[in-house]
Amino acid sequence: MNFDLSDDQKMLAEQARKMLEEMSPPDRLREIIEAKSGFDPELWSALGELGFLGAAIPEEFGGLSLSLLELAVLAEEMGRSNAAVPFFSSIVLAARTIELAGTQAQKETWLPRLASGETIATFAYGEGPGNITPAGVRCEFANGVLSGTKSPVSDLAIADIAVVLCRTATGPALALVELDQDGVSRQALTSFDELRLHGALTLNNAKAALLDQGDAAAIFDQLLNAAAVITAFEQVGGTEACLYMARDYAMERQIFGRQLASYQAIKHRLANLYVKLELARSNAMYAAWTLVNDRPDQAQAVAAARISALEAFEFGARENLQIHGGIGYTFEANCHFYYRRERLLAAALGNRTHWADRAISALSA
Amino acid sequence: MDFNDTPQEAAFRAEVKAWLAEHAAEYAHKPATPWSEQEFVARARAWQAKKAAAGYAGIRQPVAVGGRGGTDMEAIIFEIEEAKYHVPVGPVVSIGQNMVLTVIHKHGTEEQQKKFIDPTIKGELLWCQLFSEPGAGSDLAAVRTRAVRDGDHWILNGQKVWSSWAHHSDWGILIARSDPSVVKHKGLTFFVVDMKTPGIDVRPIRQISGESDFNETFLTDVRIPDSCRIGAVGEGWACAMTVLSSERLGSGGLEDVDSIKRLIGLAKATPSDQGSALDNAAIRERIAQLHAMEQGQMNFHYRLLTRISKGEMVGAEASTIKYAYAQRLQQIGGFAMEIQGLAGTVIDGDAAATAGFHADYIWSSAMRIAGGADEVILNQIAERVLGMPGEIRGDKNVPFDQLK
Repeated sequence: MNFDLSDDQKMLAEQARKMLEEMSPPDRLREIIEAKSGFDPELWSALGELGFLGAAIPEEFGGLSLSLLELAVLAEEMGRSNAAVPFFSSIVLAARTIELAGTQAQKETWLPRLASGETIATFAYGEGPGNITPAGVRCEFANGVLSGTKSPVSDLAIADIAVVLCRTATGPALALVELDQDGVSRQALTSFDELRLHGALTLNNAKAALLDQGDAAAIFDQLLNAAAVITAFEQVGGTEACLYMARDYAMERQIFGRQLASYQAIKHRLANLYVKLELARSNAMYAAWTLVNDRPDQAQAVAAARISALEAFEFGARENLQIHGGIGYTFEANCHFYYRRERLLAAALGNRTHWADRAISALSA
Repeated sequence: MDFNDTPQEAAFRAEVKAWLAEHAAEYAHKPATPWSEQEFVARARAWQAKKAAAGYAGIRQPVAVGGRGGTDMEAIIFEIEEAKYHVPVGPVVSIGQNMVLTVIHKHGTEEQQKKFIDPTIKGELLWCQLFSEPGAGSDLAAVRTRAVRDGDHWILNGQKVWSSWAHHSDWGILIARSDPSVVKHKGLTFFVVDMKTPGIDVRPIRQISGESDFNETFLTDVRIPDSCRIGAVGEGWACAMTVLSSERLGSGGLEDVDSIKRLIGLAKATPSDQGSALDNAAIRERIAQLHAMEQGQMNFHYRLLTRISKGEMVGAEASTIKYAYAQRLQQIGGFAMEIQGLAGTVIDGDAAATAGFHADYIWSSAMRIAGGADEVILNQIAERVLGMPGEIRGDKNVPFDQLK
């Protein structure tokens, strides 16, 4: 058994980490928040140029033909730096859907542009409160046009195209719509995560094309599993950032004549966070392996990864701020980036209850 | 990344499976008729001898000392396959196999290695651990059992506690205070003790589980030869550390116990106003969370095994395995009773499943304390993994005989 990333994957992580440390430090995040853009274009271009965006896109479409594991490793680094780029929307969700459900022509048109970063895509699945199910969507595709509202949609303001979970007369469907046209209107929504802004997408007979090379509901389910695993890696990266930020602060801070880090309550808090982090990381790695190798236990492995990553980041984001004391509550400190991102990642792909249902269904099958 | 066995591991697993299929049944007990303690111990010796003859004893131990010279992964593969049979294994044998072989190999003289290692591997010598005392558990260096030099002998006086199976062991490993005039961990010496030596009085402790496999051991003017000293006078703490760090990565918690499937089965079989308890969202969520915890603990264990197999040194983070395992047993066992309501607290119907959860819940309370209490493990992770400061101690740099 070799329960470890390969040397190449570790090198990729190291490369991404250094680059994100340089290009996306905390002060840069503050600049982006103040600009209200939720987007770092220089970082996005650099990711495109280095081939990171195309990591899992097939070589024939301008990518590197690597696997979900490479995407996961990159996602962990993005989680660590809390970067403001639409990697998840454009690559993990939209590009993957085009690859799974698009025609050869659609793949040839869009994948190279997504791999280079010159086109930004988003994936519109939600329609208001509640869990996402293909059977429940109301946005409708008929006669070459899409009508309905999708909300919230991540990175909507900066996206050029959107993959939309919708339905046709016969059932759930996936469609691709170019956003710069008359039938499309976008409304910015006040977003809890100030570095990944969301909006409401209203489609009024917007020209669109179906991505119909496969069963939409099945593809969406497959996509959700892959997305959950990659998000788990992002959550692991964020958790680790919180652990060491809190540890570093506690080592520096003096209180009642000794280091804050010397108090057992703080030591045990961070030791428990370490345990949660490592269990979550282990689950995320195993789940990624089950997907890459199409293993029979993939559904319950992915659910375990999502649940433990959610718990770890939730604890990490909260306790990191707590350990910083009052200063943790300021904009100038770095706790808030993670405190906000954590809730987005906890909610975006379905809450704990939804994933518990997926776990139980898989385990009792 | 690959969770499958390597070709070498797969070959070993196949070999082990075949051997066990042929030989284990004869030594296994039928579930309905458990053995008496005496019979268990006799069979444990026999099974150990059988494994030794086939080359499956001391799998991790070097060939030079009579072991197989195999890897940690192979030892674990064997344990996992062996666990599928109800064969007589447990601390009465594993203390010798893991702790004693390691400490005598590292700190013993050639004569001591010749005398003890081979008989231990063959199950001819069964061992107990005489470490903890009423006043020295987590703070093991604070032991008070006294060892006084008398010519070629030592005289031992004191009291040990929590010695598993001491009432059936042939020999014991023991730490005692040889010099109270220095700081606590510098005045200790390590011994092996023949449990038949006059002055040793073993009294069983009745545990909350109903069993009595732990003991108090009273030592009154126990006279042992200096040839029973392992390592130098005053080197006892280093020997003790060798023993404690040898118990790191076993297979505990990796056996295929299907506890989550059993929880789901219990929930399905429990009626509720929504159909069954499994239709209740709160119960589904809790079961899913326990599934994530169980998977996390097992996957983390496998990750550490991979690191060790690559020759990496693994430190305090290894304690995470026991810490998380005890949590998993306590939470899963406890929740199993809640799912069924009052009926979950009695053994009726699906007796094996419920009894298993009752036993897990009881045993987990000990597991959170034994082998490194939760709080000590958290301190060690904080200090050795996260680099945070040590605890304030009241006895640092104070000679033992000057402590209050």
